[in-house]
Amino acid sequence: MSHTSNRTISDAVTAETIATSGSIAPEAVARYAIGLGDDALILAQRLGEWIAHAPELEEDVALGNIALDQLGHARSFLSYASSAWEKTEDDLAYFRDESEFRNRQLFEQPNGDFAQTIARQLVASLYFQALYNALCQSTDQTLAAIAAKAIKEVDYHVDHSVQWLMRLGLGTEFSRERMQHGLNSVWAFVAELFSNDPLTANLEGIAVDPQTLQEEFDRLVKKAIAEAGLTVPTVPAARGGGRAGIHTEFLGPLLAEMQVLARAHPGATW
Amino acid sequence: MTSLEKVARPRPADATELRIWNLAATVVDPEVPVVTIEDLGVLRRVELTEDGGVVVELTPTYSGCPAIDAMRDDVVSVLAEAGYPDVRVDVVLAPAWTTDWISQSGRDKLKAYGIAPPAPRRTDGKVSLGLGVQCPRCGSLHTRQSSRFGSTSCKALFICQRCQEPFDYFKEH
Repeated sequence: MSHTSNRTISDAVTAETIATSGSIAPEAVARYAIGLGDDALILAQRLGEWIAHAPELEEDVALGNIALDQLGHARSFLSYASSAWEKTEDDLAYFRDESEFRNRQLFEQPNGDFAQTIARQLVASLYFQALYNALCQSTDQTLAAIAAKAIKEVDYHVDHSVQWLMRLGLGTEFSRERMQHGLNSVWAFVAELFSNDPLTANLEGIAVDPQTLQEEFDRLVKKAIAEAGLTVPTVPAARGGGRAGIHTEFLGPLLAEMQVLARAHPGATW
Repeated sequence: MTSLEKVARPRPADATELRIWNLAATVVDPEVPVVTIEDLGVLRRVELTEDGGVVVELTPTYSGCPAIDAMRDDVVSVLAEAGYPDVRVDVVLAPAWTTDWISQSGRDKLKAYGIAPPAPRRTDGKVSLGLGVQCPRCGSLHTRQSSRFGSTSCKALFICQRCQEPFDYFKEH
């Protein structure tokens, strides 16, 4: 990435050991980072459910790898956020309740069939690509470093979802129908990604205003969907509110599964 | 020494720090145990602190790569055995790791191990040129990708159309 190549080694920032290195996130930045971390964490958990259930072995591996990348992004954001309150990434991931999670509702939606997951991945990866490209320019060095690392990985996720979109959209009549149904089923949650986020209001230059990402996202997603011979759905937007802790009924069971071990055996390591 | 080599392997000038660097540089990637963390460009910095402690910086290849934890533990063990009990390993994210930092000897070792070494990265140039991936067994360029994702974050799966063998490709990143 051109914006990082002129940085010297001495500028290197530490994310995972941020608490000990003295780089503490200001509270407002930490609250913003929690939202970004939760988006990645919840999507990682959902994608992990595909392992051993995907249509072919290569897809078990692909979705597992994408989940692992997302988990890496979540760990970086949540480690940084947790430094503001002298907590750890695990405190934030395992010991917050449903209403304390700040992920947007798209990421907690059930996997559905494979086409539905691909539709969610198409939206998610293009959204993350636009977001991290912008976040690379953040004046907060840690956020910029996490984004610069993540963007290289997200580029692969975009390739993966677009290739499947084409294959299913241009495949058989059956695959085309399923892919269109997949798009229709996730589209209600697209608008929330670009809705105003009050947490970014006082963080000019540090946070990315999600409303600035929509134009680029729309251009790319419309192009991809048209090339796959499919239609951009027109469905009413869901009410949103993930950043304020309002969630659909699907987040609770996901958290129960993700958190049960850590809560049954607090402090356990292996 | 090229400027890329200086960025990829920023060896310290101080003699003691260089000795510690060379010890840490013997740690290998747990997933690909023929290449060292120095070959990969994962070893970023070694510093001797005033109170005799050592700070080592590593950078992960991918954000979620679990190998970084094993590498961290191995660096601590190697240095403890060499008489440096007080070691802190920090994980740094910037500048972001790239496969362009893998040394020539690292690339040779990958190939001998059966993993096709990475091509130069995609750049922002006017023409995107795929140079083909060479089969590490028979050397043929007549290969195809069977999956963009492989057994670890850093690899893709390929199949050689000539010798019919599947192989791992260390994907450019």
